[in-house]
Amino acid sequence: MRLLYFAWVREKVGRGTEEVALPPDIATIGELIAWLKTRGPEFANAFARHEVIRAAIDQSHVRHDAVIGNAREIAFFPPVTGG
Amino acid sequence: MIRVQQEDFDIGAEIARLKSGRTDIGAIISFTGTVRDQMGTIDEMMLEHYPGMTEAELAKIDEEANARWPLQASLIVHRIGRLVPGDNIVLVITASEHRDAAFDAARFLMDYLKTRAPFWKRETGKSGNRWVEASAGDDAAIARWTKPKHAAE
Repeated sequence: MRLLYFAWVREKVGRGTEEVALPPDIATIGELIAWLKTRGPEFANAFARHEVIRAAIDQSHVRHDAVIGNAREIAFFPPVTGG
Repeated sequence: MIRVQQEDFDIGAEIARLKSGRTDIGAIISFTGTVRDQMGTIDEMMLEHYPGMTEAELAKIDEEANARWPLQASLIVHRIGRLVPGDNIVLVITASEHRDAAFDAARFLMDYLKTRAPFWKRETGKSGNRWVEASAGDDAAIARWTKPKHAAE
């Protein structure tokens, strides 16, 4: 699965995109975030305030309780600030 | 219609294109967002976005506005990349037969764009780089549109 990171999430994680094989017991975005935090200090730092992190599954906004299912790409980013 | 681009836009030219050859339009509203220097503290701004999702979200917002109001035309242009104070960031144009629909739809488009479209601003100034934080006011602005039917319809 493809993971993407934007803005300060990208800076803290140290990469914009990566391919990962998710452990089979991860069902939701919230569980994915909890797992990402165990992958190293840069992830623990980026996702420390996990409640402010926004997520998208296949380029649509979702909440943390959203089920990942057969997603091709999942993105994590701070609240948007365009306009 | 929506566009995401690095280059600047010409508001007059966009309005002219939008109404070219049409005689049914009675009201045109345009909103332009620009980069502020915030009392000299900002030297430049980087606009990051999520290619693909940005276009999809803008198209959804544009579609929603056209479903809610009787618009004859609508346009969203958003810039990306490096911008400096004084530069244009975003353009919204709406056209309708009567002014209420165009006024309301323009505001709706901006309010939704601010909270839904995946753009992020990073400002650079004397004190270094700083990611702009989302404003609670932007979320509050959405609340006024949550009713499916609007008085202007």
